Amino acid sequence: MLSKRIIPCLDVKDGRTVKGVNFIDLKDAGDPVELAWQYAQQGADELVFLDITATHERRKTMIEMVKSVARQLNIPFTIGGGITTVQDAEALLNAGADKISINSAAVRNPELIEELAKNFGVQFVVVAVDTKLVEGRNMVHLNGGRLITELETENWIRKAESLGAGEILLTSMDHDGTKQGFDCGLLNTITQMINIPVIASGGAGKVEHFIEVFEKTGVDAALAASVFHFGEIPIPDLKQKLKYHNIPVRL
Amino acid sequence: MIGIVNYGAGNIFSLTSALERQHLPYGMVNTEADLDKYTHIIIPGVGHAGAAMKKLEDTGLVEPIKALKKPVLGICVGMQLLTAHSEEGDATMMNVFPLQTRLFNKDQGIKIPHMGWNNIDHKNNPLFEGVENLTQFYFVHSYFIEYNPTFDIATANYGMPFSAAIHKDNFYGVQFHPEKSGIAGEHLLKNFSNLKQ
Repeated sequence: MLSKRIIPCLDVKDGRTVKGVNFIDLKDAGDPVELAWQYAQQGADELVFLDITATHERRKTMIEMVKSVARQLNIPFTIGGGITTVQDAEALLNAGADKISINSAAVRNPELIEELAKNFGVQFVVVAVDTKLVEGRNMVHLNGGRLITELETENWIRKAESLGAGEILLTSMDHDGTKQGFDCGLLNTITQMINIPVIASGGAGKVEHFIEVFEKTGVDAALAASVFHFGEIPIPDLKQKLKYHNIPVRL
Repeated sequence: MIGIVNYGAGNIFSLTSALERQHLPYGMVNTEADLDKYTHIIIPGVGHAGAAMKKLEDTGLVEPIKALKKPVLGICVGMQLLTAHSEEGDATMMNVFPLQTRLFNKDQGIKIPHMGWNNIDHKNNPLFEGVENLTQFYFVHSYFIEYNPTFDIATANYGMPFSAAIHKDNFYGVQFHPEKSGIAGEHLLKNFSNLKQ
């Protein structure tokens, strides 16, 4: 049976992981390779690295980091942040990334999804969508939720699937950072609507939230950052509890 | 030493990294003569099966590979190349295994691609020595190889049973990615390198 995936998300700036990470036996919390390896040891099923570097050196630094991670890591990983062209994606693929995640570049240029899928296969293309409820409608937002678009979330996701997205990473900006649980209502609507895997993101605060999102919606994976980084939810404990609730996981 | 068939279908950095982590030496196979340099051959592959077959044909390596008597392992699309035909691009493949590569049927209520960790039920083939049965491996594919009891050495289930691994004489294929399947995957690569000629 296909397991539900648990995915820690790491923010990267200038080739270093940022945000406090609180692992007891970590020598260098800023070293993406060591951090990734630790997560793999703990039983993470996959990792997402989100590049938030804004400088011109970004591409080169990122390629080097991806190579270092790929050398050490024996589980799949996705790279997101600043990918706007097929060339960007190809460089990351050749450096060892399993998937790339595109967000605002796809909104601004939907054909990018199609081009990436045609060149590298749909399995390589994750479309990340940040959504926020505005006057009763779920609207796609950019720039970490600061910029609203004219796209309704449901419509945009349907379009992304038809253009060749292999997976949707859906972050609810209303839930993100609240630690009050995932947006199960919207996630359920989306998973019933499309036929590609969906990763739930935004709102994880305790183990029960993961149980809830897997029991109440058809999502394939759940992503979180701080609850894993600060050791609030150790992944082995989380997986044991999911298993206890008959949710298929990899142990 | 392992030879990796270098025909330009997808990135092999993850595979070579996994071999390096296992301290397994490897080199690249670009020409027929290169095949003689290695004791074991891996055919990697990601992407479109029909396009991958075309690329392999362009290297002139199809017949020389089919004639090999040393252990050969096809991974993912590399495995599908060993079948008779793929629905992806309606392509004629190498026909080492008289099997069909088919598209998953979404009418069975499954999502495509089949992406993530799935259990395999394996039949104690030396390739899986030391791998506990029902261990999860990492899969990512939209096309699959039909289950056939003659060649199947590991079965996975996604809407229906399909072959996660096949074996015939010196030819092996795995649908999952051992290079991305944690410790179990690395173990499998090591087992392959230990297969006798």
